[in-house]
Amino acid sequence: MSVAFDEMTNADGSIRPAYAALSRWLSNVPPDVLDYRRREAEFIFRRIGITFAVYGESDAQERLIPFDIIPRILTGTEWRRLSLGLEQRTKALNLYLKDIYSRREILKAGIVPEDLVYQNPAFRPEMNGQKVPHDLYVHIAGIDVVRVDADTFYVLEDNARTPSGVSYMLENREIMMRLFPELFAENRVAPVENYTDELLATLKSLAPGTSNSDPAVVVLTPGIYNSAYYEHSFLADKLGVELVEGRDLFVRNDIVYMRTTEGPRRVDVIYRRLDDDFIDPLTFRPDSALGVPGLMSAYNAGNVTLTNAVGTGVADDKAVYSYMPDIIRFYLGEEPLLKNVPTWRCREPDHLKYVLDHLNELVVKEVHGSGGYGMLIGPRADKAQIELFRAKLKQDPNNFIAQPTLALSTCPTFVEEGIAPRHVDLRPFVLTGADKVRIVPGGLTRVALEAGSLVVNSSQGGGTKDTWVLEEN
Amino acid sequence: MLSRTADNLYWLSRYMERADCLARILDVTQRLAQLPAAYGGSTNEWRSALLTAGCAEQFKAVYGDDISEQNVITFLAFSPENPSSIRNCFEIARTNARSVRTALTMEMWETINSSWLELKRYSTKNMTREELARFMSFVKETSLRFDGAAYRTMLRNDAFWFSRVGMYVERADNTARILDVKYHVLLPDSEHIGGPLDYFQWASILRSVSALTSFHWVYRESVKPWLVADLLILNAQMPRSLTSCYQNITRYLDDIAAYYGRQGGSQRLARSTLTRLGNSRMEDIFQTGLHEYIDTFVTENNRLGSIVNEQYLL
Repeated sequence: MSVAFDEMTNADGSIRPAYAALSRWLSNVPPDVLDYRRREAEFIFRRIGITFAVYGESDAQERLIPFDIIPRILTGTEWRRLSLGLEQRTKALNLYLKDIYSRREILKAGIVPEDLVYQNPAFRPEMNGQKVPHDLYVHIAGIDVVRVDADTFYVLEDNARTPSGVSYMLENREIMMRLFPELFAENRVAPVENYTDELLATLKSLAPGTSNSDPAVVVLTPGIYNSAYYEHSFLADKLGVELVEGRDLFVRNDIVYMRTTEGPRRVDVIYRRLDDDFIDPLTFRPDSALGVPGLMSAYNAGNVTLTNAVGTGVADDKAVYSYMPDIIRFYLGEEPLLKNVPTWRCREPDHLKYVLDHLNELVVKEVHGSGGYGMLIGPRADKAQIELFRAKLKQDPNNFIAQPTLALSTCPTFVEEGIAPRHVDLRPFVLTGADKVRIVPGGLTRVALEAGSLVVNSSQGGGTKDTWVLEEN
Repeated sequence: MLSRTADNLYWLSRYMERADCLARILDVTQRLAQLPAAYGGSTNEWRSALLTAGCAEQFKAVYGDDISEQNVITFLAFSPENPSSIRNCFEIARTNARSVRTALTMEMWETINSSWLELKRYSTKNMTREELARFMSFVKETSLRFDGAAYRTMLRNDAFWFSRVGMYVERADNTARILDVKYHVLLPDSEHIGGPLDYFQWASILRSVSALTSFHWVYRESVKPWLVADLLILNAQMPRSLTSCYQNITRYLDDIAAYYGRQGGSQRLARSTLTRLGNSRMEDIFQTGLHEYIDTFVTENNRLGSIVNEQYLL
């Protein structure tokens, strides 16, 4: 693999302008001060209870995501380009979903193969011909991007179901401002605190036509044992809306109500952090105790908005991903502003052949995998792992895609041996309301804390960083 | 507010108060058990602690008849098998707190979360006297901090009122139980009512609710059973007395009713219990029997709990 692009330091050792002030500060600050503040940050995180759960680990029921105190910096110019691309991509996702659940022009045009829709486990036939409020499906998107050089950002993955992580974006900034006020004095960092205001405005704009003038918004959580529960309660708190569980809601005459100490109260918009499968036992999984019986019938009657809409998963798996550039061209008649990582679809025989011949160079991913699980990183895998994947690929090629191992950019990171470059990605959050698209400047930067590692997922030892977008004069 | 949120707040406060009460029961029991050997031997303080805490049955299921000091302490303070052990109280309180994070202030959450983290530092086996004493004061301090945090930082709305109602319903229950501990500690036959052992036992009860000093201020007399009962049942000045608890319960339930514009069963029952307390006289209580009086009260108090539940929390 070639040497990765470092976002702070050029190949010749010079410092890129956005990092000038930070780099000066880093070379002056004594290491024990850094270490002290890192521990202070961890202490604050633990006391506030910003934890997440790792499924399948009984002992470490609640873990902290490691927080790296060195911020990741983007210039205003880089951000503007990035956000235009994000907006374009989200628009296309929404048009695609509307099309898939109505006229299916894109299938008729032969751009996306039919079985990618019909055979897709995330496809919801219940949504066929269903009108959703304002024709919008993906109201809150998390688009994962990686950077490979000074000018190139790739989209790595679209998250159109219930993307999480935004609470870390907000808490990371909060902690950085508390611990390093001097850094904020030297850099003009664009604020992200308004995210929850923007989110509330977005959610209210999406209220169904039948609701009152001031729509009642709630956040629906699977409950305290969910890995992202902290985030759910954090968001409800900042939005100033109720955090409900399925049992707090009920449906009567196709209207959704919540049970309150003063009796039933109507609910208009549900920001649900519960997967499609679980939201309504009458329509989907009958064994779901987390959902609300009858919710889908209220939804179909147009009396409640679900964000994101039901069935968005058909747009964000890794097989559909590879068609995104074509999807953008088809609906918007524009060239994609953000590139896709070149992707081999193992479902196509010639692609599969190439992949099998180059397993030791490629990253192979499951089409529906997430969290960095079920994935082969060829250059780092041993023979046995490669053979295991060869067998899996031959058995069920449709279930896999492959991509070249990207040299993800690195950022200076505070690790045990001092400050060292580590690979990062970025998840910005795109809000699509009935009125407009809103993106706060920044996102969640995830960092692979192990030297050389490309896996940034928090479930596998990744950490997070505050992400700065500098405002230019 | 969401019924579930109100329910969580109500029980959160109850469990924090219960942990405090358990620490006090252990405290008073240890004191009683430390009586000079001349008095000891034939009493059964540790059994009384189990009866007072209302978990003699569960204890038997785990330990059989082995009612030793160590077993009772482990069971009441740490045992995962005891649904109301101090550890479980803290654990349930934290679970409840997590699910109503948005209804708690930062200070309340931090108190609960940090004490839950600290709880893990106490080893549960073979605690020395000193460790146990430290543990007990940690529990009491936690409940003081939680109470103070709630009082100082919560908005005065239904969230606050429900948590207060929970706290006072639990506290009334606990006071009644602590008072009842006397009933379960059978005096040895040779001992006279009013003798030194009797005195010591009543004084211990006062101590365990931090009321010995208050007692002297209020009555300016030596400790006598009916005066202790008067202080803990009827005296409205005493913040743990049943009367004081019911004044508060009535007040906060009325606040809720006014806020929602509707009175109901819980308001009526609380008022009638308060009236009955107001009409009680100590002579009558001792005539019909203190234990019976307390027993009736505990039942009525439980009934209020279920009516509050039906009226608001479902």
